[in-house]
Amino acid sequence: MFPEVLEFHVAGYVNDFIDWLLQTYAPVFDSISDGIFTVLNTVHMVISAIPWWGYIILIAVLAWFVSRKILGTIVLALMPVIIGMFGLWDLAIDTLAVIFTAVFFSLLIGIPTGILMAEVKGVRGFLKPVLDGMQTMPSFVYLIPAMMLFGLGKVPAVIATLIYSMPPVIRLTDFGIRQVPKATQEAALAYGCTKWQLLKEVRVPLAMPSIMAGVNQTTMMALAMVVICSMIGARGLGQEVLLSINRIDVGHGFESGFSIVILAIVIDRLTQGFARRWDPNKK
Amino acid sequence: MAGVLEKTKEPAIRIEDLWKVYAKNDQDIDVENEDLITELDKSEESVVAVRDLSLTVDPGKVFVVMGLSGSGKSTLIRCIIRLINPTAGKIDIFGQDITKMDKKSLTRFRREQVAMVFQHYGLLPHRTVLQNVLFGLKVKGVNTLDSKERAEVALERVGLTGWENYYPSSLSGGMRQRVGIARAIVMDSPILLMDEPFSGLDPLIRREMQDELIRLQEEMHKTIFFITHDLDEAMRLGDKMAVMKNGNIVQQGSPEEILSDPADEYVARFVQDIRKRIELADKRDSKIESLDIGNKKDKSEQEGKITNVS
Repeated sequence: MFPEVLEFHVAGYVNDFIDWLLQTYAPVFDSISDGIFTVLNTVHMVISAIPWWGYIILIAVLAWFVSRKILGTIVLALMPVIIGMFGLWDLAIDTLAVIFTAVFFSLLIGIPTGILMAEVKGVRGFLKPVLDGMQTMPSFVYLIPAMMLFGLGKVPAVIATLIYSMPPVIRLTDFGIRQVPKATQEAALAYGCTKWQLLKEVRVPLAMPSIMAGVNQTTMMALAMVVICSMIGARGLGQEVLLSINRIDVGHGFESGFSIVILAIVIDRLTQGFARRWDPNKK
Repeated sequence: MAGVLEKTKEPAIRIEDLWKVYAKNDQDIDVENEDLITELDKSEESVVAVRDLSLTVDPGKVFVVMGLSGSGKSTLIRCIIRLINPTAGKIDIFGQDITKMDKKSLTRFRREQVAMVFQHYGLLPHRTVLQNVLFGLKVKGVNTLDSKERAEVALERVGLTGWENYYPSSLSGGMRQRVGIARAIVMDSPILLMDEPFSGLDPLIRREMQDELIRLQEEMHKTIFFITHDLDEAMRLGDKMAVMKNGNIVQQGSPEEILSDPADEYVARFVQDIRKRIELADKRDSKIESLDIGNKKDKSEQEGKITNVS
């Protein structure tokens, strides 16, 4: 037994600190919350307006565009039908909305950060340990600050998801830019490129395959996180899994789990296909 | 007219006492200090790539620098366009010292005075052949219908008409380098820098490209600064050439001068092969000639006989 005398709690201080933070910076958190909520609502409105067969067509067209394989396209396009058959369609749309919103913000912040990391000396030295830390931390942990600052529901779910899913796109953007061949950059400089032109015309376009791989990874991480976010009250497929666990309802758990797998496969195939299409060396 | 003549008297490129040392804070190195230089030579962390090098290139001429790998020739050509900043010395291009240029005027200088062709082409894989040729003009901010026409003309000059919409990855090495050359000549800049442009190509194509460059030069009369490790190439292309060794020039002069009168053993060893080949060829020529004369004799004798008989 650990001696009781040595027991020391910080819980009270943490609560006080969070209360103070929330009171002092209430407008900041409110506007962040509002911003995310607006985007989330818009995304939800748009994607729930598309009928189920609209998704089948959309996936078929995209899959054909990226793969040019008939069988693969048909299988991929018909997969979501299973989600509908399980009666989980609307919940899947909820989950998708959170994923898309989180990925949108992830890329919005992540890609410029990756570029900054590759371009500005010193930024990498500072960010690398931060990213390492972000990736080694169990995904659970992100729920705590998100919940503390933004309460329960979808908005903290988006925030936890976007933080968790951001490191890959930052890393791969940075990596992609740094591996642009020196010979190509030298040639561009010899023709009188400014630093900005070099970045815009050469470094970023040539890093595109790597950046797209980052987009794929970020999307997959977001999907994984969104399921965990059911613990802070984000409605969706994850919540169904959580409920099934609580009720020991194996059958329902299988249905919702399988639906998540289908989402993952479809999103992964499509984003990977786009990443491949982007590779200039394969034109 | 007189102004033009006066201008042409001025050397296109004049390099004076150029040094490049690869070391930490190389800009602060005092190159006059001989002890320091010997020390840098010995040290494993620094390399003296170009040492106390001077040369002059006349406008409208082809100047070839020949040297083996590690002789500092790549560093030299990159100093001329300041892709590498020299440690000490002066580089005058049409009377302008480019080592003293700030960023802005350097960019302008690169856009207007020089164009460069690279050994590894340096083409953009995500751009078509036409877009690659237009790259320099785009960067410069020239974007008119006229620039597209100019690019078409440049592509025609290097024999790539019809390939405008292909991507570099679907082209052979020789064709890629043609794109590289088209990208350079479309700029219409007076100086062309060529860094081993044909070294990566197989011998037949290399020869073809050399011929093409000679033909282009007859039309364009540019000042060409050409780097190679191939003596044959240097002899074929150069109006004047310089042999480089260990960061300095061992000998400069016309190809004939270097061939007939090598300055030291190093140069002599280089030209040995070519001299032998020329001797051999001479022998063969005279042999063929004598054979030819013999043949003709035979023929006329035979003909004579025939006429006699008839």
